[in-house]
Amino acid sequence: MSTLSRADVDVNANGIARAAGGARVDLVLVAEMVERGAKVLDVGCGDGELLRLLSETRDVDGRGIELSREGVNECVAKGLAVIQGDADTDLGNYPDDAFDYVILSQTLQATRQPRVVLEHMLRIGRHAVVSFPNFGHWQVRLQLLFAGHMPRTDMLPFSWYDTPNIHHCTIKDFRQLCTAVGVRMEKAVALNAWGSPLRLNAPWWFWNLFGEQAVFLLSRRD
Amino acid sequence: MSEASLTGSREAADAPREADQPHDSLVAHFGDRPLRLDAGVELSPFQIAYKTYGRLNAARSNAVLICHALTGDQHVASVHPVTKKAGWWETMVGPGRPIDTERYFVICPNVVGACMGTTGPSSTDPKTGKPWGLDFPVITIRDMVRAQAMLLDHLGIESLFTVAGGSMGGMQVLQWAASYPERVFSALPIACATRHSAQNIAFHEVGRQAIMADPEWRGGRYLLENTNPRRGLAVARMGAHITYLSDAALHRKFGRKFQDRANPTFSFDADFEVESYLRHQGISFVERFDANSYLYLTRAMDYFDLAADHDGVLAKAFHRTPTRFCVISFTSDWLFPTPESRAIVQALNAASARVSFAEIVTDKGHDAFLLDEPELFAIVRGFLDGAGKARGLSSES
Repeated sequence: MSTLSRADVDVNANGIARAAGGARVDLVLVAEMVERGAKVLDVGCGDGELLRLLSETRDVDGRGIELSREGVNECVAKGLAVIQGDADTDLGNYPDDAFDYVILSQTLQATRQPRVVLEHMLRIGRHAVVSFPNFGHWQVRLQLLFAGHMPRTDMLPFSWYDTPNIHHCTIKDFRQLCTAVGVRMEKAVALNAWGSPLRLNAPWWFWNLFGEQAVFLLSRRD
Repeated sequence: MSEASLTGSREAADAPREADQPHDSLVAHFGDRPLRLDAGVELSPFQIAYKTYGRLNAARSNAVLICHALTGDQHVASVHPVTKKAGWWETMVGPGRPIDTERYFVICPNVVGACMGTTGPSSTDPKTGKPWGLDFPVITIRDMVRAQAMLLDHLGIESLFTVAGGSMGGMQVLQWAASYPERVFSALPIACATRHSAQNIAFHEVGRQAIMADPEWRGGRYLLENTNPRRGLAVARMGAHITYLSDAALHRKFGRKFQDRANPTFSFDADFEVESYLRHQGISFVERFDANSYLYLTRAMDYFDLAADHDGVLAKAFHRTPTRFCVISFTSDWLFPTPESRAIVQALNAASARVSFAEIVTDKGHDAFLLDEPELFAIVRGFLDGAGKARGLSSES
């Protein structure tokens, strides 16, 4: 599965885990799930860090959609093929099977209709890669249980009143969505708070409790 | 506007005109190869006046075609021979500029139907020895592009690194990508649309009616009768110029300020700065532009509807296109507002094209594409750098 080991990972002062070479660990994990030379759509591509990583390390034909105008213009100025658009409304414009992979990196929880977005991703692409912060992580659970306020962590730094994240889910929730939508889970990786992958043979409840974020590689069940 | 400024000197009838013998331009003559027009007739002979900047590389892979807008011309990056002003896109095109003439071989032709040396209604019809006038066939954006393709054949350039243009120039860019996808490596349609809206046709019609209502227009025969519909053309330009700006830009520039006076004169003089500005725009325009060309080119824009040429489905115009696109719009452009660009992007996505799309925040309106917009330059530069790498252009070529 992943070639990352604990020794490759470095957590910086902002709590963002970075792999050797400086790329964010979760992005490296996503990139490793993508075949070389594939045609990829990154939904919610931000400043284009993943697209750049994919084109440099996996030689992909990458495109992006980003909601923020600043992010888009920054990406285009870097030479990336990115358009301004909204995952909730604009995926419907793409034809079936237009991409090998459609990636939703740390964006699922900010969409209005996560299920519809996921269904579109697997219509447009043969595979989908989804990464998201796990709301079942023990830190999140403890904050709500003992402190009695909405959780704020490195992964979830926003206050409840100004967060863009409107559809939080746990790893368990996401697996249930995958079952409901009828997609095949090809690979899954959970990262702990230090950005290291959890033991592969750990049970799902362990991932759900100790995984701070998760990355899933999905495909159509056909 | 004052009487004197608009009825001023008339050109000597027998002096060679810019339309036939353009200054400071190259001219390609097409004597035996007719231009087949959408109107169903052939234009022959005809000529194309154009400018080039930079050098074509050995692989002939660094050619850039610049398509000019309604009232533009071939003088994109050098002094205009009539007005003596700087080229109309010198902020974008030139040494070290985003469209860098030290890297790219830039070609900018005057469009068919215009008046700066490419055959148009003010050119001399060789069959009669007189200016074409309204006997000139109605032309379309596709005709302009077809003529430009003939120019490239003439220059021995099979494929363009990029085609770039704003407004009517952007329409030509889209038409290029639709008509000759294999000849267009990348395309930069800026502040444009795949069809002219009813509102835009309406604005154009007001401009045309202003020209035709001028008694000096003489049914389009003013060159023969040694008159010039200056007033009509100036009013057309004044009206159009408003559509190129925005409410915010006009307010920022002029507000309600008076022109060289402290109080209103209680007359119809140009009391306000904005009136004076518009009158100046109208007057200076008629010195360099032909009224009939204005009719023909606005008509060409009105007729433009790329989807209609493809069974009403825009995506079909770009089916399996290999071209890389960068579509750009401006927030305050109400002539070609962002949704028009978004429609282009949606069609390109539906065609699985490689497309970038950026909307730039500015209050300068449609004209922003011609102005100093650092974000526009950064985006064009980044897009061309990326395309250049994919094309195998070295950064020094």
